[in-house]
Amino acid sequence: MRLERRTSVKWTLGAGAALAAVMTALAFAAGLILAAGVNPLVAYLEMLRGALGSRLAITEMLTRAVPLMLTGLAAAVAFRARLWNIGAEGQFYLGALAVAWAGHSLMSSLPSAIGIAALMVVGMAAGALLLSGPAYLRLRFNVDEVVTTLLMNFVVILFVGLMIEGPMRDPLAFGWPQSVPVDRNFRLPDLVQGTRLHAGFLIALAMAGIVWLIIARTVFGTEARAAGFNARAAEFAGVSLPRTIMGVALLSGGLAGLAGGIEVAGVTGGVTTTMSPGFGYAGIVVAMLAALHPAGVVAASVFVATVFVGADAMSRATGVPSFIADVIVALALLTMLVALLFSSYRIRR
Amino acid sequence: MTEALDLFFNASLWAAVLRIATPLIFGVLGALICERAGVLNLGIEGIMTMGAMIGWLSVFLGTDLWTGLLVAAAVGALIGLLHGLLTVPLGLSQHVSGLGITLFAAALAYYLYRLIVTVGDSPPTIDPFRPLDIPIMSDIPFFGPVFFAQAPPTYLALLAVIVMSYVLMRTPLGLAIRMTGESPHTVEAQGLNPTLIRIGCVMTGSALMALGGAFLTTAAFNSFFPEMVQGRGWICIALVVFASWRPGKALIGALLFAFFDAYQLRLQTVVENVPYQLFLMAPYLLSIAALILVSRRAQVPAALMIPYRRGER
Repeated sequence: MRLERRTSVKWTLGAGAALAAVMTALAFAAGLILAAGVNPLVAYLEMLRGALGSRLAITEMLTRAVPLMLTGLAAAVAFRARLWNIGAEGQFYLGALAVAWAGHSLMSSLPSAIGIAALMVVGMAAGALLLSGPAYLRLRFNVDEVVTTLLMNFVVILFVGLMIEGPMRDPLAFGWPQSVPVDRNFRLPDLVQGTRLHAGFLIALAMAGIVWLIIARTVFGTEARAAGFNARAAEFAGVSLPRTIMGVALLSGGLAGLAGGIEVAGVTGGVTTTMSPGFGYAGIVVAMLAALHPAGVVAASVFVATVFVGADAMSRATGVPSFIADVIVALALLTMLVALLFSSYRIRR
Repeated sequence: MTEALDLFFNASLWAAVLRIATPLIFGVLGALICERAGVLNLGIEGIMTMGAMIGWLSVFLGTDLWTGLLVAAAVGALIGLLHGLLTVPLGLSQHVSGLGITLFAAALAYYLYRLIVTVGDSPPTIDPFRPLDIPIMSDIPFFGPVFFAQAPPTYLALLAVIVMSYVLMRTPLGLAIRMTGESPHTVEAQGLNPTLIRIGCVMTGSALMALGGAFLTTAAFNSFFPEMVQGRGWICIALVVFASWRPGKALIGALLFAFFDAYQLRLQTVVENVPYQLFLMAPYLLSIAALILVSRRAQVPAALMIPYRRGER
């Protein structure tokens, strides 16, 4: 018997790997819940009820899944091309800030649909612009984009703080540091009346479809994958590495910027420096759990949103700290890495 | 303008430089030894957070300060073992595994802190390391307060630079470590085990990173709060490149960085009408600028991020 690398991994196997990884992560986290003196089964049932137990809970969970889906797509397209964009958190905030600024200063007489479409483009442009910097530094000076994108996250959040305490401060927020809001006319409409679920959910789903089309059905998608698989071979085959990497960066940064823009136009109205509970970093987990596949991203974002929303409710009911959600999500990333490794080999007699 | 210059010759500025540099020195040495052996350790930010929490917690629960540091180092080494097992024998992506370790270690630290400590209006505190007051020496004008009145772990950090520099550059063990980062197959041919060397280096490096975190809660401050590491880990990753993987240069980089940080803190109080966020951004932008500057002559360890599989080229 020996191990042999599979030439291709079927999607059922990938989904099985994700399921196994999630189960293992939940089993490890059960030990920590036990340490809090709570029965893990009770805690997990509370979590499920908190995220899926009522119509309101489900809409809240799906609202949370929207930014995760988009930052997940952002990480997936970048990681496929081995562009390590860890800056989705910063791109999220810059997209949010740009949309709040544009949405506040746009003429309210503009038709709402056109205004919203323009805002979405603004959010994407801001995120894309932000990632183009580190991508350029990598191509021109060979500076590792992991460090630059990570450091830019801190710079952007400070910049957001500067703007919302200064030029973009909301005078009606009673001293609370918050940006001016997006004009009512350009808010994303509700999908379900009386809940926070908004049309951004449909935009995120459409983006998953578009990203799938790009990576599976266009020359650019194939070139990006080739660049990630073996950059030298790709160049030898005539792929322009700078153009491909820059294209991937614009797409990835744009998706993360859109996530921030949609969150502002759909949920918060204005920008604060605490509006993201780590959507950018969680997007990396979403992308890995999805094995970098757009359809998987949709499923994985729903899973991660379930954990986050459910953990809040579970924490209120049982007293287990809600940080358990972050532990579960991080563990799922590590177990998924191992599961992906095992699923890419098979045993040959 | 003269005020800005006056700050320069103020002993308190230079004393602050060493204090601010200490966690960075531990962190950058930790990242350096991992990378010299060929493993990128992006777990640093989370390991520092965990070190900060667990070192503080140990003291809070009744151990003395040095035991607190020891506990932090041990937990750091354990997390390092996890990263080592995932990236060396299993050969998983060092980028993604490292980020996973960061997310996991930070989340676990916050979870355990919430579970064990009851936080009231303000986080509970411990009695931290007091600055040493070396007799006679600390009374020397200027040099006294700067060099002879620091918290004890700061001297430990400086000692660590000397030890690492000596071990890495002047001993057979150091040669084996550097060779593992350049060409693990050569190490194998010498009858040594590259897998063990890499795991050992990642554990040692992670222990140092955790010490850097623990310094924050046991010497620089006296309590633990979320987000307190504030990207220091990532800055250490940048400093390793800036130092072209040399311990001595790493010390210089950490000091230089800490100088700018201490200077901008003081400049904030002198310069008016400039938003304080601009000053706070400077260290991060400076790190990026430093990376661009050294990019042309970067001598990356040849086998960095390349998994080693026996008998496979």
